[in-house]
Amino acid sequence: MLCDHCKERDAVVHLTQIVENAVTQLHLCEKCAAAKGIETTIAMPKHPLGEFLHAVQQQASPSAGDQVRCAYCDTTLRDFRTSGRLGCAQCYTAFEGALRELLRRVQGGTRHAGREYVPPVAVGTERDATLEALRSRLQQAVVDEEFESAAALRDQIRALE
Amino acid sequence: MTLDLSLLPDGGMPWITASGAHADIVLSSRVRLARNVAGFAFSPRARDGERLRVLQQVREAAQHTESLSHAVLLRVDEMTANERRLLHERHLVSRELAELDTPNARSGSAVLVGNEAALMVNEEDHLRLQVFRSGFDIGGAWERAARADRELGERLPLAFHREFGFLTSCPTNVGTGLRASVLVHLPGLVLTQEIGKVLTGLQQMGLTYRGLYGEGSEVVGNFFQISNQTTLGRSEDELCDHLARVVSHVISREEEARRVLIRDAGYIIEDKLWRAYGTLRYARSLGVDEAMNLLSGVRLAVGLKLVGGLSVYTLNKLLVFSQLGHLSLAEGRALTESEASLARARYVRGVLAGEAGSA
Repeated sequence: MLCDHCKERDAVVHLTQIVENAVTQLHLCEKCAAAKGIETTIAMPKHPLGEFLHAVQQQASPSAGDQVRCAYCDTTLRDFRTSGRLGCAQCYTAFEGALRELLRRVQGGTRHAGREYVPPVAVGTERDATLEALRSRLQQAVVDEEFESAAALRDQIRALE
Repeated sequence: MTLDLSLLPDGGMPWITASGAHADIVLSSRVRLARNVAGFAFSPRARDGERLRVLQQVREAAQHTESLSHAVLLRVDEMTANERRLLHERHLVSRELAELDTPNARSGSAVLVGNEAALMVNEEDHLRLQVFRSGFDIGGAWERAARADRELGERLPLAFHREFGFLTSCPTNVGTGLRASVLVHLPGLVLTQEIGKVLTGLQQMGLTYRGLYGEGSEVVGNFFQISNQTTLGRSEDELCDHLARVVSHVISREEEARRVLIRDAGYIIEDKLWRAYGTLRYARSLGVDEAMNLLSGVRLAVGLKLVGGLSVYTLNKLLVFSQLGHLSLAEGRALTESEASLARARYVRGVLAGEAGSA
């Protein structure tokens, strides 16, 4: 297909324009597209983290979901979208839905296929302490009628159990 | 505290000896594992007290491992900026942990340097275990890293999720937490302008590349650090084998490019490389990027056997010791960039005069 503009070079940019409900298709070569100020190359972030943040930011625009808070470390989904860093291991449970979608995009899947790990026996006490702390926070949240964080806490307790 | 680098096994640089396979093209192979201790917020979010408790637990656990029981503990949080820079120049401490632009690093930042493995503590993740090997030896690096990781995991409760695997501060590391990388010198592919195709190919194969000092560093001196892009969904062995297979192909492409250069442009190349050697041998001032590029030329000349009497080991040493932190250490004071350029030229001249290259 030849460029609609110069009719000389091959069209490589295919642009769909919608002007006042009328749809027009424009096929341009790279040179004419550049002359018209149409960006033909998307700047490729050079580092994995850059690409990753790019993907994070491309995900759902700011929404109510951004207020979801990890009950353990207080990080919000919005914090995560800004920094690209999770606050603690429990964040993986608190933001599971958003993370699952993100992992599919940046990692190509969500299921670990590497080494399995069984923590040393002593970890039980560590986990029990965490569980105990979470349970008392859950009780308090119920008393305070903070049902959203109570639900998050309940999920985390289930995950740990 | 005063940092005494002579206490470190192999100076913390087991890769520098150039004793491994393909050492003229591959400087080092590295496997890094990211792990977090269960029950604590990740390091960037953790309070100082938590970071110190993590360090304490890691020290205790390390004492009971074979891989790290004799390791030297370096408290990065008690070091001057130049001491941190030295460790960064030796690849023992990442840019993030070194915090070069601040007077003091955060509490609990440390690195344990053992014979086979090094362990950064309170970097972006509580634990960043690294194993470096000389030349092309991903398998050897993985084997040692796996051993140290198993030993640590038996003592320390690590954050692990049944579906997502080992949990990390950044989801780009989750799952295996494994980043395997190979630091390669590819002047042949750059000079024959084949490098673009090779780098695009790497990305299509699920690999990525960076400069000499990893994430955020520019490519200088034709040094490329090639590593796996994803960490989840494939086993550690698969990730390492895949990287090794692709890098092995890159090495053959580089060797082929070098043959083409010598065949088609022998005298031009020879002239260019001897000029690089001449500049290094006699210059009175050398900028850091300039030195890196000239050393790349001499490295190629040694690989092509155009210059004799110079070892790859010497060239590896020059790469590390001609950097700002090491020059400052040798001069006994913090140098400015322009002072460093003079000191760098003096240092390089001295080394090359001692190991005179011959045609």
